[in-house]
Amino acid sequence: MIRVDGLTKAYRSKVVVDDLSFSVEGGEAVALWGPNGAGKTTVIRCLLGLVRYEGLIEVGGMDVGTHSKLTRGLIGYVPQELGFYADLTVAETLALSSELRGLARSRIGEVIEAVSLGAEAGKRVGELSGGMRQRLGMAVALLPDPPVLLLDEPTSSLDVTARRRMVSLLDSLRGPERVLVITSHRVEEVGMLVDRVLALDAGRLVHECPPGELTGRLNLESWLHVVLPSSQTAGALAHLTAAGFNAQENGHGVLVGVSPEDKVSALGCLREGNFEIMDFEVWR
Amino acid sequence: MTAVANSLHAAPRAFELRLLSVIARKVIREASRDRWFWLYCAGFTALAGAITITAVPDHNLIGSGGFGRTAASLVALVQLVVPLMALTLGARYLAGERDSGTLVFLLCHPVSRTEVLLGTYVGLAGSMFAAVATGFGAAGLFSALRSAPTDPVLLVRLAALSWLLSLAMLGLGLLISSTVRSASTALGTALFVWLAVVFLGDLGIMGTVVATRLPVGALFATVMVNPVEAFRLASVVALDGSLDALGPAGTYAVDRFGDGIADIALGVMATWTIAAVGAAVLAFRRGDQT
Repeated sequence: MIRVDGLTKAYRSKVVVDDLSFSVEGGEAVALWGPNGAGKTTVIRCLLGLVRYEGLIEVGGMDVGTHSKLTRGLIGYVPQELGFYADLTVAETLALSSELRGLARSRIGEVIEAVSLGAEAGKRVGELSGGMRQRLGMAVALLPDPPVLLLDEPTSSLDVTARRRMVSLLDSLRGPERVLVITSHRVEEVGMLVDRVLALDAGRLVHECPPGELTGRLNLESWLHVVLPSSQTAGALAHLTAAGFNAQENGHGVLVGVSPEDKVSALGCLREGNFEIMDFEVWR
Repeated sequence: MTAVANSLHAAPRAFELRLLSVIARKVIREASRDRWFWLYCAGFTALAGAITITAVPDHNLIGSGGFGRTAASLVALVQLVVPLMALTLGARYLAGERDSGTLVFLLCHPVSRTEVLLGTYVGLAGSMFAAVATGFGAAGLFSALRSAPTDPVLLVRLAALSWLLSLAMLGLGLLISSTVRSASTALGTALFVWLAVVFLGDLGIMGTVVATRLPVGALFATVMVNPVEAFRLASVVALDGSLDALGPAGTYAVDRFGDGIADIALGVMATWTIAAVGAAVLAFRRGDQT
């Protein structure tokens, strides 16, 4: 469904995507993973034919470089920064999108229900919360029922509840003929949503693997900040270090280096030592 | 049938008038909600009305080379206000869309950049038509209320020429908008261009004439390069005025081109329009900016 061969993109003299090649088959969900500046958004913009590039990109067997208008007809896109006309209502925004795609308006009601925006259909976009705007972005992308969905950091601006809802919605969109390409820098999210991860760094493909192997391949480490009574901090630090953890004192507790899949072992170690865990959070 | 085949069932053509119409209607709707547009419209309408009220009692006097004071004052007003409105409206539009992220919203649909730019141009041209018609409509209304109506045909001619001038200036505005990165830069550039065509053109030509003793033919050519001057010349001719009012260049024009001078002036404005819109399309298609 998508074939990228030798994709290179430079802005002035700065190369942001460097000789990238990959392909995505129908029914697959793929993540472009990488830190900020890795080139994920640029790859998405190249797939859409929004910017000029070197190399070959095919979507649905057509060259994006020469048929970008045609290939955009196959793609639903949710950008990282959603730009809507603030004065239009949700329904008017979708009506404009359907006119631009030459679609029947009957589809608007379906997608509004699919993203649970029924109660906001008459609201102006400028009045919507971040989560609602994200759902409107999804509705615009789903309007043509496209075989390819490109989602650029779809959960980056959402709170925990909205993020959970979005992940569930994205999961429901997977199908035997639909391709999902998601950019993200959240390892856990990638693990829940995709079959394969393309890890980018400075515009180059550094790893291509199933999501479960990503942390191991990249030696990723999260930090668990555990809040303890101040009288127990030194003892907890010694206990964790003796158990083989990379730990250090930090404010009202300790910071423990953990792998993203095994954050609970550090907590278990502290509970075994009868330390009083007052609170904890994960830092990345 | 596969999803791809379904999606390609109604494959879009390279250029679709339908999309141009969708984008133009969207632009007109946006312009109708733009406070700057309404401010310009209100200012233009108020000034046109005021000129008519103050000039009508003397409209039967001969002045400004043979046409009424109302028309002469309206030409002077249009020369200043219409280029300012059209340049800033065009320059702010696409750059503003880029700043707000709505340009990406448009371009992620199956529309080409040419359709977006031309649809925007048509929509802005429609908005300018409404603004010019409102201003001249007010002038006509006030004129009629004063029981000394200005010739309506004269007003319609002047309004049509004003709109033609706005088309050329909108093209320049969109060219600016297609080449700069932000709305504020676009606005600044548009104001500079406005100063150049409205004020610096006149002063520059006067200075050049004094300094170089420019032959009158060259002076005429220099004047006619400026679409605002072409509008002024076309207006004087359209209003049956004497080109002597424009000084030696006007006299030269009458001697050299006779009745064909109006066609030349219209041709200058049309050329500016086509060249500016064409250049804007090329710049917008070539650009990476979204």
